[in-house]
Order: sequence, then C-alpha cells, then structure tokens
Amino acid sequence: MYISHLWERQCLCCCVNSVSLSIPLPHSLSVSGIIAKELSSLEQEIQELRASGTTLSSEPEFEMADIMYFCRRGVESIVDDEVTKRFSAQELESWNLLTRSNFNARHISLRLSVLWGLGLFIRYSFLLPLRVTLAASGIGLLVVLTTIVGFIPSGWTYLSEKIHLMSYRICVRSLTAIITYHNSENKPKNGGICVANHTTPIDVIILANDGCYSMVGQIHGGLIGVVQRAMVKSSPHIWFERSEVKDRHLVAERLSNHVADKTKHPILIFPEGTCINNTSVMMFKKGSFEIGCTVYPVAIKYDPRFGDAFWNSSKFGMVNYLLRMMSSWAIVCSVWYLPPMSREEGEDAVQFANRVKAAIATQGGLVDLLWDGGLKRGKVKNTFKEEQQKLYSKSSINATGWPLK
Amino acid sequence: MGSRASTLLREEEIEEIKKETGFSHSQITRLYSRFTSLDKGENGTLSREDFQRIPELAINPLGDRIINAFFPEGEDQVNFRGFMRTLAHFRPIEDNEKNKDPIASEPLNSRSNKLLFAFRLYDLDRDDKISRDELLQVLRMMVGVNISDEQLGSIADRTIQEADQNGDNSISFNEFIKVLEKVDVEQKMSIRFLH
Repeated sequence: MYISHLWERQCLCCCVNSVSLSIPLPHSLSVSGIIAKELSSLEQEIQELRASGTTLSSEPEFEMADIMYFCRRGVESIVDDEVTKRFSAQELESWNLLTRSNFNARHISLRLSVLWGLGLFIRYSFLLPLRVTLAASGIGLLVVLTTIVGFIPSGWTYLSEKIHLMSYRICVRSLTAIITYHNSENKPKNGGICVANHTTPIDVIILANDGCYSMVGQIHGGLIGVVQRAMVKSSPHIWFERSEVKDRHLVAERLSNHVADKTKHPILIFPEGTCINNTSVMMFKKGSFEIGCTVYPVAIKYDPRFGDAFWNSSKFGMVNYLLRMMSSWAIVCSVWYLPPMSREEGEDAVQFANRVKAAIATQGGLVDLLWDGGLKRGKVKNTFKEEQQKLYSKSSINATGWPLK
Repeated sequence: MGSRASTLLREEEIEEIKKETGFSHSQITRLYSRFTSLDKGENGTLSREDFQRIPELAINPLGDRIINAFFPEGEDQVNFRGFMRTLAHFRPIEDNEKNKDPIASEPLNSRSNKLLFAFRLYDLDRDDKISRDELLQVLRMMVGVNISDEQLGSIADRTIQEADQNGDNSISFNEFIKVLEKVDVEQKMSIRFLH
C-alpha cells in the first residue's frame, strides 16, 4: 500500500508540474501582495511630515498634516491587511485543475479545459467513491472495536492503541493523505502536551496516525458524539460538556491531572482555538502553557497544490468540507516534530506561548502573527486603538510647557 | 463545486475604471478580488460593517473617518466603482503622466485632490470649512484620553490662528493648501500599488 502511494504521488506531481508549465501565467499577477507597504514607525513618519512643515519650534507640536499618516495607514489596511486574508483559502500561483482554486477566473484555454474535464471525471467517479467507502469502514471499525475493547478489563492499553492506530491509518488512506514525518525522535511522550498549528480538523487524524494522543474537546451530539463516546471507552480522552468549557479552572485542573498520570498519552491541543489557512500562525491562547509540563511543539504544513485543506467553517459545513477533501487530488503535508520546550525561569505563560509559536512558525515557513484567531468572528479590542492614541500623543504632541499666545 | 465571483467584472467596466482612475488592468482585477473578499454579504456593495471587520482599520484612531470617505453623501453602500474612485486618490503621481485628453478634468490623484481628501477628513459636515469644533473632534480622535480639554483647545486655537487668513475663525480649503504647501503630499498620501 505504501509503494502504491509513492507511485500515485509521483504521478500527481508530474501532472501538476506539466500543467503549470502550460498555463500562461499573467506577468502582472503577483501573489505576494497588491501593495508594497512602508515599514516605518509612527514616530518616524510624523517626524518626516514635520520636517517639511512650517513650524520653527524644536518641540513637537500638532500639525494639520499629521492626519496623513493615519489616513494612508488606514487605506493601506483596506487594500491589504494581515488578518482577514488568513481566514479564507490561500491563492495559488498556478492552477491545480480544481475549480474551487480558480480565483480571478483567469482565461482557460481549450487544452486546459479538456484536462480539467478529465481530472473532474477521475476525481468524482473513481477517487471519491473509493475514499468514501474507506472512510466509512474506518470510522465504523473504530466505533465497534473500541466499544468491544471497553468490555475487556485488562490489557486494554495495548489493544486500544493498536485499534486507534489502525483506524486512523484507514482514515488517512481514505483521504489519500501523503504525510512526511520529520524528526520522529522528538515525538511527544507521556505526561506532556503536544501543541500544533491548526488548519483543519484533519490535523487530528494526521497526527494520530503516527502516535497515540489524548484528545481534548467539547462533546458533540450526532455522529461525532457517538465516535467520541466510543473512543473514551478504551482510552482516556478529555471531553467537556458545553457548560464546562467556560470554566477555565476546571479545564486546567483536568488537564493537569491527566498530565500528572504518566501512563496516559500526551494531550493534543491546538492553542489557536480556530482554523487558520496555513499561511500563518496566530495568537496562542495561554491556557495550555500555564500547566507547567513539557510542551512538544509540532508544525504542520500542507502543500496547497494538491488540494486546499483549510476548513472555512463560515462557508462550508463539515460534510461539505469532507466531500471537498475527498474529491481533491490528495492531501500532501509535512509534519515536523520540534524539540520539547519547557517554561523558563522568569518567563510567564504568554511569553512561553509566543516562544513556542515562533518556533513552529519558523519550522513550517509560516508568518508569525500576534493577532488573535478569534478575530475571525469577533471584534478587535479597543485597547489596541488606545495604544496608538497614546503613542501619538506622547511622541508627537508636547502638551506641557505650551507657549501661551 | 461552485465557482467564485459569480458577478465577474466585464471588460467594458474595467476599461471605464482604467480611464477614470488610471489603474492598470491587473491592478483593477486584483482590487476587485479584494473588494469581493471584503463583501461578506455577496451583494456587490460594501457597507460600513464590512470595513470595520478589518482589525488594522478598527484600531486606527481615524478609522471611522476614513471609512466615511468611501461613502457618498448620505449613502450606506459603496459599489466597486466608488471604491476604486476613492482608492484612486492614493495612486502615486507619475512624472511622465501625459494627459492624453487636453480638456479632461484633473486626475483623481493630483496633489490638489489628495489635499482635498485630507481636508474632507476634517470637514465632517462638508461645508468647505474646518471649524474649531471639527478640528477639536479630529484631535480628540487622534489623542484619545491622553490630553486634557484645555490643552487640546489651545492646540486647536493655535492651529486655526496660524492658518486663518480671512479672519472667519475657520480654515477654508485654500488656507489649508497654504498651510501644507511645504509638505510632500505626493509621497505621504500615496500607496505603492504593485503591477
């Protein structure tokens, strides 16, 4: 099975490369951005504005031209900002024959349309049914076998590990996920927490394919709830009721207890709290970094040429998303296990979280952002605006010793 | 398996926008992409909420004023033409920009139009004068709570005194231009759009 996948991957790579050569890439279409932003600070810019102004005094005073700085920054952020583009799928340089990746509706020649039609046929009539069958059997087996194992009182750890691994492997095959694991010597060990950047719920399957983890999450109803309840019968996952999720102390307590027990598997947590489109890593919530145990960072990077793995939860439901995944070419990704980190002396949880985040971002080639992933749905806090106002007042307006007229 | 951008930009529209604003073909399509990504309601227009969803704009002290500049008098929605027309003010001025049509009106990104854009950020009621109150409002937005009312008042008074020439205690557009005559407006109010 492994060899057939290698072969499949080579074929797909060849196809994509040859296709991308034949698409005339419009010379003007640069994916690196619409504008080139000035990287100077507020103080610098206001000084430059003042230098050409009419004031003779050496002390900083308000000038009418000052608004130009805020004005330009504002319009720059309207044209291109760092945050909103992280919540929608990444744009590709060359087309990968999936309609869903075809932004800007660029001109498609006849030859390309034929290739696309062929690809469509292969994907939907051959790959998709095969994958759906595999997925169904994988999940079915997981539920049935874990329930059975739950009835066996002893020797359950060994069996349950095998069952989990097997089911995840079937699920991974069903998505045709071609995963390369790097630095396996750093794989998370019992009594620690594994943190990773979050792009899609499939992240869980990709990591669990290579090792056993305890999941943390909210207990759902429906099919997912059935799976969750079955899983917990054979190995200790941490599922919370909806009401308990808000209680941070309760959450921290359960996590600490789990981690203290060395026979239990490492906990898998995604500190961003929401799915980001795999071009950047956003703010890590400090909760998991306060517990004080070893943290095993993991970086996951998907190759967007074969299929876009990002789950845009405001656009697609789960079923729709899975169907899209199964009708892409493949999910190709790299997983890097980074060396374990612990909180250092004099470092608080937030600094520790940022340090881990920087390490993951560097390894995965992602942009390290300080913005909160929660901005996908919520508004930004006013404190940031107040900081800007304070900075402007301090550096640009000398409000004391005002010359009286 | 639907396709994106159900309302694609027609070639004639792109040509019209090109003539009116001076943006290139590829810049217009890139900006149209951006416009549609901001348009969460997918109805071809942007509302004030669509702009406020941009975090970097929401934390800008003059964010609301800038958003206002995009909307024509009394309207709550801006379409792509209006969006481009406003952005055109920030196109850099090219030295060799020949005006092909000798009787055409001044380009949107001329120095004078850039200054007019800045002027309108102050002049909220659009009566072509910046009154003391309007100046105070903008000052308050920029400094937040960090400066007291009296100090802010004296800053406003000084500014008006220095700029006012006809003694009506407010700043007209011509007086505004005079105050800013030494400022490099072309550079400060321009954004480098990539080709």
